[in-house]
Amino acid sequence: MSGSRTDGGTTLDRGRPVPFNWAGRRYHGYAGDTLASALLANGVSIIGRSFKYHRPRGLIAAGLDEPNGIVQLESGAVTVPNVKATQIELYDGLTANPVNAHPSVDFDVMAVNSLVKRFIPAAFYYKTFLWPNWKLFEPSIRKAAGLGRAPGEADPDTYEHRYAHVDVLVVGSGAAGLAAAEAAAAIPGNERVALVEADAEFGGGLLSSADQIEGMAAIEWRNAALTRLEALPNMLLLNRTMAFGFYDHGLVALCERLTDHLPPHERSGPRQRLWKVRCRRVILATGAFERPIPFAGNDLPGVMLASAAQTYAKRYGALPGKRAVICTNNDSAYAAAFALQDAGCEIAAIVDTRSTAGARAEEARTRGIAIMSTAAPLRARGRRRVNALEIVALNDAAKRRIRCDTVLTSDGWNPAVHLHSQSGGSLAYDDDLQAFLPDRAVQDAVSIGAAAGVLTMDAAVTGARSLARGETPVLPPAAAVGPTRHFADGDIAAQKAWVDFQNDVTVGDIQLAARENFRSVEHLKRYTTLGMASDQGKTSNVTGIQVLSDLLGKPPQAIGTTKFRPPFDPVTIGAFAGRAVGADLMPLAQTPAHDAQVALGAKIEPYGSWLRAAYLPRNGEREHEALAREVLAVRNSVGLFDASTLGKIEVKGPDAAEFLQRIYVNGVRNLKIGSCRYGLMLNEHGIVYDDGVFARLGEDHFLVGTTSGHAGAIADTLHEWLQCEWSDLKVMVENVTTGWAVMNVAGRHARDVFAEAGTDIDLSAEAFPHMTYRAGTVGGVPARVQRVSFTGELSYEIAVPWGYGAALWDALMRCGRRYGITPFGVESLMVMRVEKGFLHVGSDTDGTTYPQDVGFGAAIAKKTDDFVGRRSTMRPEGLREDRRQLVGLEITDGGGPLETGAHVLPGDAIEPRGTQGWVTSSINSPTLGRPLAMALVERGTQRLGEAVRVWDLDTWREAKIADPRFFDPAGKRIHG
Amino acid sequence: MLLINCPNCGPRPEIEFRCGGESHIERPGPHGEVTDEAWSDYLFYRSNPKAEHRERWVHAGGCRRWFNLVRDTVTHRITAVYPMGEAGPAEAAR
Repeated sequence: MSGSRTDGGTTLDRGRPVPFNWAGRRYHGYAGDTLASALLANGVSIIGRSFKYHRPRGLIAAGLDEPNGIVQLESGAVTVPNVKATQIELYDGLTANPVNAHPSVDFDVMAVNSLVKRFIPAAFYYKTFLWPNWKLFEPSIRKAAGLGRAPGEADPDTYEHRYAHVDVLVVGSGAAGLAAAEAAAAIPGNERVALVEADAEFGGGLLSSADQIEGMAAIEWRNAALTRLEALPNMLLLNRTMAFGFYDHGLVALCERLTDHLPPHERSGPRQRLWKVRCRRVILATGAFERPIPFAGNDLPGVMLASAAQTYAKRYGALPGKRAVICTNNDSAYAAAFALQDAGCEIAAIVDTRSTAGARAEEARTRGIAIMSTAAPLRARGRRRVNALEIVALNDAAKRRIRCDTVLTSDGWNPAVHLHSQSGGSLAYDDDLQAFLPDRAVQDAVSIGAAAGVLTMDAAVTGARSLARGETPVLPPAAAVGPTRHFADGDIAAQKAWVDFQNDVTVGDIQLAARENFRSVEHLKRYTTLGMASDQGKTSNVTGIQVLSDLLGKPPQAIGTTKFRPPFDPVTIGAFAGRAVGADLMPLAQTPAHDAQVALGAKIEPYGSWLRAAYLPRNGEREHEALAREVLAVRNSVGLFDASTLGKIEVKGPDAAEFLQRIYVNGVRNLKIGSCRYGLMLNEHGIVYDDGVFARLGEDHFLVGTTSGHAGAIADTLHEWLQCEWSDLKVMVENVTTGWAVMNVAGRHARDVFAEAGTDIDLSAEAFPHMTYRAGTVGGVPARVQRVSFTGELSYEIAVPWGYGAALWDALMRCGRRYGITPFGVESLMVMRVEKGFLHVGSDTDGTTYPQDVGFGAAIAKKTDDFVGRRSTMRPEGLREDRRQLVGLEITDGGGPLETGAHVLPGDAIEPRGTQGWVTSSINSPTLGRPLAMALVERGTQRLGEAVRVWDLDTWREAKIADPRFFDPAGKRIHG
Repeated sequence: MLLINCPNCGPRPEIEFRCGGESHIERPGPHGEVTDEAWSDYLFYRSNPKAEHRERWVHAGGCRRWFNLVRDTVTHRITAVYPMGEAGPAEAAR
């Protein structure tokens, strides 16, 4: 016996039958169905297999709290794994499959796990597969326990983000939400009110309620209220929109599903829209989740939440079975019993743990429904579906068996306090409702209706209106729920009494965890997996806390809940990404000569936020061949390099020199106008942070050069020092990196090529020596030129306004043709700087490198003024004599280059332990024809010439500590 | 995400700002006379209260100006915004 279709259904369109496919078979439902309701109506009672034991499972809930009905929707690129069948609106041709079932939900080979259930309790895998290594077993265990499969192809859908500001946001459109929205919109000054509803239909519980509100049938009341709201000019109504996160200062995140309810071929435009809504006030009408009752066999298909059965019957015209037993400790399940009876389901009995009759007992008797009070469910019988329920009297333990195909349970209601809690609000356990209620709010937010524990419609509506107006309503106290039957610690039946259906956690597992001293609710969660995965314990958390409370003899308030974190319900990653996918994820900047270099076949690579030419191979050259050719061309003739990414910061003002004197390790005040100096910057911890050349353009005007990656950060740092520490200094700082394109022409013919491009600057060695700066024109364009060199050759960095950069590149290439001018990339530059022993911050330094480690001890000693980080370099750590210092390494074993990161050990080392430092840069030098390296080595500068051993990827190499100025140590070429 | 009332640009989302940590930290000097203890105090030790906290922020994605604010570290409520160099509200915990 199983589910069937009735002739009811408040949101069903009987005129529109909808065919769909489930697990390879064709069915049909109606427009307005969810996949869950359609399956139920078609008599499908096994919808999945459980996570660990592969037990057959049916639907338990009708909303987003559903733990079992997890499906794989569609296939190929648009497939969505682990969607709840209760959230999927049925559309023409929908195709879905169960997850976690091999080969099928009706016959699952992994169900053998269920037979050995008592041998795989909580944390069984972690305990058993510790030796030799959990990682060895994990893949196959995960496969056996897996849920859906992620799509293997790129997501073809698009997503978008939208921002909004509202005066009032109402979350949830049940009776309380509709009433609050209307009341809020009527308050003068509330220019924008938004009402969001996760479901396709507004109305929440009204869609399946048989109650009267203010003298009207629930559905009529809902229709009238919605019509009024739709007419309001200051009302934004969003359905299919989940409020999933409530962050600081009134920021609520929404996910609006735009096309998921349509057949894939009819979808167009963005699939989903992520809203970030800043709200002056938030009204939470998020409703409540019904608690299932833990008893043995409560996971058998056919056991369902009472409210879910009511929703299926009233809203979707789908009956879960033919003969139902209702088990409850409160009044709400009586309404479910009546709704099912009205729809044609036989009600075998209402089993109520309370000893006194509830408010609806009289109606039940009138309807001829037997009530068994002071009784609770003990065990559901059946294999693939429940066929009988054993109940037990709570006073004399008398047992009784009732034949049935459906068991509906209600152990009370848990207000959906998730958003309240996310916003910083506290929770208080209510002994009458046996649930956590919103307590103190931290933001301007209020919970109303069932979300605040108000479980009757009229009271919810009255309360919602006054709370929306900022008043404090006086509401009748909620009726207390009855007791829940407890399990004795060690009761074998507890191992078959499910608490968390999605993660296969039973009362027995919680007992085991408590015995093993996992008594904090957060530890319990991690140890048993209670409340994890896609439903985050919506049906299970409070029950788990109650079981633990009972075991420890500690009130639930003292145990508390696990942390409620966003998202309230799973959100597609695509929605978070929005448009920031593919090339738009992190757009990279291009240099002025980008296109010209691409045309030359450059190998373009991302360097930080820039795309730059790594090298420019010709005729199918491999990397090392291209590097060798480019380096030798620069060494022997002339090369051209697009250096536009170098950081350029203008520092100007009467105190500019004083300011930079406090920033650089080096002296700045005494720098002559028109001169350049190489400088090192530290952070306040004394660690080498950046280096570069700074030039004095005028008495009160400097141009600070930084590394390519650090321009923005250095400019920010300079601003911070000026604004926060030395606000008395009169200085302006501006990052002009992308204001000036820089072409670096380097090599013995650099002067000739530059001159040919046409300039009014005197380029003679006497007029324009190394480390000086000149302003003038190049090809009629204003230019700033620095004669500086990172290659070790005669070299000019010619800066022109950014828009002229490409033209300058072309001009220099043209003028250099007769010298065989060779464009070179970043990697070739790096080879040349290692040949010269030039420091590269970030390669040759790390987060522990002080300036004295890279040869700046003498410069610091000469300077008397303070500078950023100076005091830190004088801490005991900085004064240690065995600090690692930057040195060169000559390879003496005849082998190739060392690996960067290889460890340097003493020359008599036998074992690879006790490192004295490591290789920081390593190249194969085309100029010198041998491999070279730089390394940070303990006391390195005192050990020049000493033989060392290098442990390099599990082999020993032999090397000798050397002066890193391998090539042209006297600097003849640079001064040429 | 906080909504910060930049003194120059008005209320803007936190993503436009960068937090520079606790404000009113005195930089000791001159460097030759500062003890190791005083210097580490300046570098590393912060009040870290579970209460109102005076901290400095910069509107990095806007006017690029630094300013101070008082934020409750429990509720994230911002109760004052005031310029660099000023002491701020007297009642705010240091």
